Amino acid sequence: MKIGVLALQGDFREHIEAVKASGHAGLSVRRPEELEEVDALILPGGESTAIALLAQTFQIFQPIRDRIASGMPVYGSCAGMILLADRIIYGVQDQATFGGIDMTVRRNAFGRQVDSFESDLKFNGEPLRAVFIRAPWVEEVGEKVVVLSEVDLGDGVRRPVAVRQGSLLATSFHPELTGDLRVHRYFFDQVCAGAIK
Amino acid sequence: MSDVVGTARVKRGMAEMLKGGVIMDVVNAEQAKIAQDAGACAVMALERVPADIRAQGGVARMSDPDMIEKIKAAVTIPVMAKARIGHFVEARILESLGVDYIDESEVLTPADYENHIDKWDFKVPFVCGATNLGEALRRINEGAAMIRSKGEAGTGDVSNAMMHMRKIGGEIRRLSSMREDELYVAAKELQAPFALVKEVAETGKLPVVLFTAGGIATPADAALMMQMGADGVFIGSGIFKSGDPATRAAACVKATTFFEDAKVLADVSRGLGDAMVGINVADLPAPHRLAERGW
Repeated sequence: MKIGVLALQGDFREHIEAVKASGHAGLSVRRPEELEEVDALILPGGESTAIALLAQTFQIFQPIRDRIASGMPVYGSCAGMILLADRIIYGVQDQATFGGIDMTVRRNAFGRQVDSFESDLKFNGEPLRAVFIRAPWVEEVGEKVVVLSEVDLGDGVRRPVAVRQGSLLATSFHPELTGDLRVHRYFFDQVCAGAIK
Repeated sequence: MSDVVGTARVKRGMAEMLKGGVIMDVVNAEQAKIAQDAGACAVMALERVPADIRAQGGVARMSDPDMIEKIKAAVTIPVMAKARIGHFVEARILESLGVDYIDESEVLTPADYENHIDKWDFKVPFVCGATNLGEALRRINEGAAMIRSKGEAGTGDVSNAMMHMRKIGGEIRRLSSMREDELYVAAKELQAPFALVKEVAETGKLPVVLFTAGGIATPADAALMMQMGADGVFIGSGIFKSGDPATRAAACVKATTFFEDAKVLADVSRGLGDAMVGINVADLPAPHRLAERGW
């Protein structure tokens, strides 16, 4: 498969390396014509405000929305999760997202950088070491959304940090920083394989 | 709970998220908003931009916590702040304020002319300046989670940024070409720990993100540094000392993403108004050169 990584700002290089290490072609995507070349897209970590602004300025914002609407598989980590959310809390005024997943995501939900952390959690039932950096969490989800990971905030309060809706996958954490390819492989083998003819 | 904060991976990972972006110096909430609206990936909160520190002279210190709090309240992007070299109490204060990154910066007057801050001891990550590979590795050894080439702050003259990026890149390429048994002497010459020298030789890059700073004033300057291998750029005086900060800020952001596309660079370079006036580094008397602070 040809997997594009949106390369406007953020840790897109690490995602491209994860794509290649999983045995697929990894291509950076900055322009609409590059988007047309790929079977699926990864939205990297970074600053969601900067990425959305650059996407709008360079006319790739609407083409990405259109491809999402037509069923292209997309995986977003951290800022990428925010960009896949239909609704966001603590965005800047009128902050636009590509949307697609029926969920509300809270930006910087865990706090500032001093609160960034590593944690052991379960992803789709398997134990996984996850890295959270000024990370968002999912505040509420629609009925079509499947929760793949949650964090325990104590007192019985849990928040989803990995979700899937159809061909769209999002995580609050950064598997691209750990060298553990299981989340990427889940995207390629479970999400893309069914969606790409 | 298995949760741990302040690990090297979390600190270095934060810098990974800034890559391909522009970090802008701002002195108030209004400028911070302009920077965020222009697409900055972070802001550096400080009381005076380097050009003013240079013009006004005197001792330059950490900013007033009130000013930092106002900037934090004004934007959702990460907020960085500067502490003096070796001033670990200023760093503790900044950490308690919840800034997202501390710049242990030669732009401020050093508090210690021998030791830098022991940065391992903090939950908040640090970025430090370097003019060469040995200096970069010494800072990383002290716990820096991000490096910026120093350049010469507050000048608008990109030549020192260029010199430092060439130096760091050249020394990395030299290490990569060496036999393993030659790395011991290389470590001695670089005055850097052998383990880090070996890691750089094997990977061909620094173990942390490398940004460029000091003298970047135009979109073309930003793109030049990206083509030299920077992961992103700091722009200090170059934006808010220019004629039209909002337009110039947005242009620098676009140039940093599309750094290899000369047509985009030409487009964003049009109609920016006056650039900061600038000072040639060669005209600065040696004691006024900030890059020589830190060792």
